[in-house]
Amino acid sequence: MPRINSAAELEELRKGILAQKDPDKPCISVCAGIACLGSGNAEVLSAFEEEIKKQSLDAKVDLIATGCHGFCEKGPIVVIYPEEICYLEVTPEDVPEIISQTILGKQVIDRLIYTDSDTGTKAAHQSEIPFYKNQSRLLIGNSPKINPKSIEDYLAVGGYSALSKALFEMSPEGVLDEIKKANLRGRGGGGFPAGSKWETTRNAQPGVDKYVIVNAHEGEPGAFMDRALFTGNPHLILEGLIIGAYAIGSHQGFIYTRHDTPVLRKNLDLALAQAKEYGFLGDNILGSGFSFNVDVHLDVGIFVSGESSALMKSIEGMPPEPRPKYIRTSVTGIWDRPSNLNNVETWANVPQIISNGYEWYSSIGTERSKGTKLISLSGNIVNSGVVEVPMGTSLREIVFDFGGGIPNGKKLKAIHFGGPMGGTIPESLIDTPLDFDELSKLGASLGAGDMLVLDEDTCMVEMARLFLDFLAGESCGKCVPCREGMRQMLKILTNMTQGEGKEGDIKLLEEISGVVGEAALCSLGRSIQKPLISMLKYFRDEFEAHINEKRCPANACKELN
Amino acid sequence: MNNDKIEQILNEHQGQPGALIKVMMEIQEENHWLPREVLVKVSEKLEVPLSRVLRIATIYKTFSLTPKGRYQVNICTGTACQVRGAQQVLEEVQKITGIKPGETDPDMKFSLETVNCQGCCSLGPLVEIDGKTHGKTAPAEIAEALKKYE
Amino acid sequence: MSEIIMQIDGIEVAAEEGMTVLDAAQKAGISIPTLCYLETLEPYGACRLCTVEVEVRGRTNLVAACLYPVEKDLIVRTRTEKVDKIRKMILELLLAHAPVARGLKMQEYAEEYGADKNRFEKEPSFCIQCGLCVRYCAEIKKKNAICFVNKGPSREIQFIPEIAAKECWSCTECFPLCPTEYLQGVFVLTKALAFPSAPMGPTVEE
Repeated sequence: MPRINSAAELEELRKGILAQKDPDKPCISVCAGIACLGSGNAEVLSAFEEEIKKQSLDAKVDLIATGCHGFCEKGPIVVIYPEEICYLEVTPEDVPEIISQTILGKQVIDRLIYTDSDTGTKAAHQSEIPFYKNQSRLLIGNSPKINPKSIEDYLAVGGYSALSKALFEMSPEGVLDEIKKANLRGRGGGGFPAGSKWETTRNAQPGVDKYVIVNAHEGEPGAFMDRALFTGNPHLILEGLIIGAYAIGSHQGFIYTRHDTPVLRKNLDLALAQAKEYGFLGDNILGSGFSFNVDVHLDVGIFVSGESSALMKSIEGMPPEPRPKYIRTSVTGIWDRPSNLNNVETWANVPQIISNGYEWYSSIGTERSKGTKLISLSGNIVNSGVVEVPMGTSLREIVFDFGGGIPNGKKLKAIHFGGPMGGTIPESLIDTPLDFDELSKLGASLGAGDMLVLDEDTCMVEMARLFLDFLAGESCGKCVPCREGMRQMLKILTNMTQGEGKEGDIKLLEEISGVVGEAALCSLGRSIQKPLISMLKYFRDEFEAHINEKRCPANACKELN
Repeated sequence: MNNDKIEQILNEHQGQPGALIKVMMEIQEENHWLPREVLVKVSEKLEVPLSRVLRIATIYKTFSLTPKGRYQVNICTGTACQVRGAQQVLEEVQKITGIKPGETDPDMKFSLETVNCQGCCSLGPLVEIDGKTHGKTAPAEIAEALKKYE
Repeated sequence: MSEIIMQIDGIEVAAEEGMTVLDAAQKAGISIPTLCYLETLEPYGACRLCTVEVEVRGRTNLVAACLYPVEKDLIVRTRTEKVDKIRKMILELLLAHAPVARGLKMQEYAEEYGADKNRFEKEPSFCIQCGLCVRYCAEIKKKNAICFVNKGPSREIQFIPEIAAKECWSCTECFPLCPTEYLQGVFVLTKALAFPSAPMGPTVEE
């Protein structure tokens, strides 16, 4: 494939790709998300390959392994296009039947489609299944339809047209202005306006090289939406990054991701190579005169390296210790140069804002939280998986409509957001809308969008302990408040769960928390007490019962029952 | 230990301190653990102080400074797996193998690790034995699965 | 170099650009407690004992004085109730590791801030991880014979036998820097040389 040298050439190429696609040709989309692979979709994929070969159907049917479809609980998932027939919990044994009945016979196989466990209602098409029905899948909706290893598939759904628009129809200032007006807020946890951050880096240290970075670290337990999106549609994030680089005036980008997701690594490497080959990366992109390159760096297993300055240290090849200096990475980051870091989902929002304009974007969501949000649902919930909804959707809808409620007839007790640096809210606040500021006010910031659902059998003291236990293995241990505060808080909580809580423990926990929250060195350190504080706020009586009555109200602490 | 392969990795990045983490990861993937003498070599070849090599080797979970057993058992202790009963599964595996997380049994058969969230919470509690995923596991089921490994 | 006028504890102080709040305070004769600070080393910001309150354009923040850069009209308060509370807690947390610290500084500070050395259960490692030895060896001596290993609460210092055997006994300059105990360095070094192949993987914590 020769390089594309202009906007017109890109559109020519796209036309060619679309012309070659037969809209009626069956396409079998096998979900190759982490959960579906883990539950056997690799075998399903091989079975399809074999069956297609056996029946000599190569020319008549397309087979693609795609990114996560979101409905992980019911995996392995297979979707048959163009009808969009969705089969759940597919096994390799089902494959010959799917080929003969559905692909050749155009018949739906009843036992493989969605059946509502309460009403018995069936749904054959993906869009009719309650889990998918009311989502707004602006970011992840293309994942089931495209092969992440094929740049042509991305181009077929309009990929890189936003980049072309930015480069040829907009100035860097115009792009920046669009992002600012759209009020795109960072999806990594802080909810900081992306446009202001871009502007800071753009204006910092004139004449010095600037960097743009994709934070795909996603180290929070229960957070898997970024991996799902990035693995399934790597070009989307790449396109957002290149547009951002153009606006900021950067010619070098970095992608920081986990080493332990081999499919993501493979898809990403391939996407970068293809983008380079087609001229979306490298010198003189699409003949616009703008040049930009990207390198991939891998985290090899510590949570603190998701902290922005630690992440940048790691890219420099240094131990991932947060930098103690009072300077912002957006001004002084990698090798002390201005470095703009945004997470996967933030970058993924950029192309659609450029394509559709800020007015369109800001019509979605709430007054101060715009657009959609990817949520990964996990814990005591019927449907674990990835959901994409407009900001402002109520938590009740997310847990009960999309999530299907709590399994085993149990009651909902609490929802925890943002993993070990996040917060918990009780069931009574379930009508709160999904919104950066509303949740912050309740002491449970949205975090990256991971929602851990907890049922009535969950002990909150044990939950608080678990989060600190996790952090004990994942913080760098450099500063005293975080390292020593964590050690002592963990001891106190462990004692409580073992019936050795003492009077005054809660006060001491609050006192240590206060010091850690104000005096620790980095943003991770200053957040380690947050889950505990929110749990003390809403479930204080449980902590008291552990101490005063040596009783675990949830009947979860073995030593107390 | 495949010394040639390790030499090759080191030679490719000679004099590149910035490639430290990458080099260590490649050696780990190749050799499954990082012997002391290899770390000393990494320090010399990449021109990085040994202190930094050791710091990085002991800070990241991926790096192992002891040899690994024939079968790696990873138990996810992410919060979602925990609320679905990962602790009971872990206790069962510890009972059967006689080792704790971070250890390898004397026969070099199993190495046990607890791992952070693997991103497939719908499969919790999640256990990986020798690269094979076991989802929605119960203690008895894992006990059965472990028997198959010799 | 331009002069910056700021305020520390109500006193007008003249500082120079590039100075930290700690530098400015020391110049003005105002003492701020430190454990991991040494004039000849890069500021490290780990002990957080030098935490002070700063006010910039009406906004107050708690910051580490050893790192926070001076600026015009900055207002610094080194002894507010909050600051004292933080220092007391930090000292109490550290005294659990070094309950019989013979280092004068720790004792004096404990007294000054009313820190109770028995508040937390003792874990006498005698190391508060100020990193003075590690950084002195790296920055001044350029030998890198001692390093931090592991992370979180299991983090500790270790001499590297391969280097220490050659360099350390003829130097020993890091020993007197230790804020808890001169013999601490001697002990850790001797241990490293006696058991050069001791495992250093992440300690399994129960």
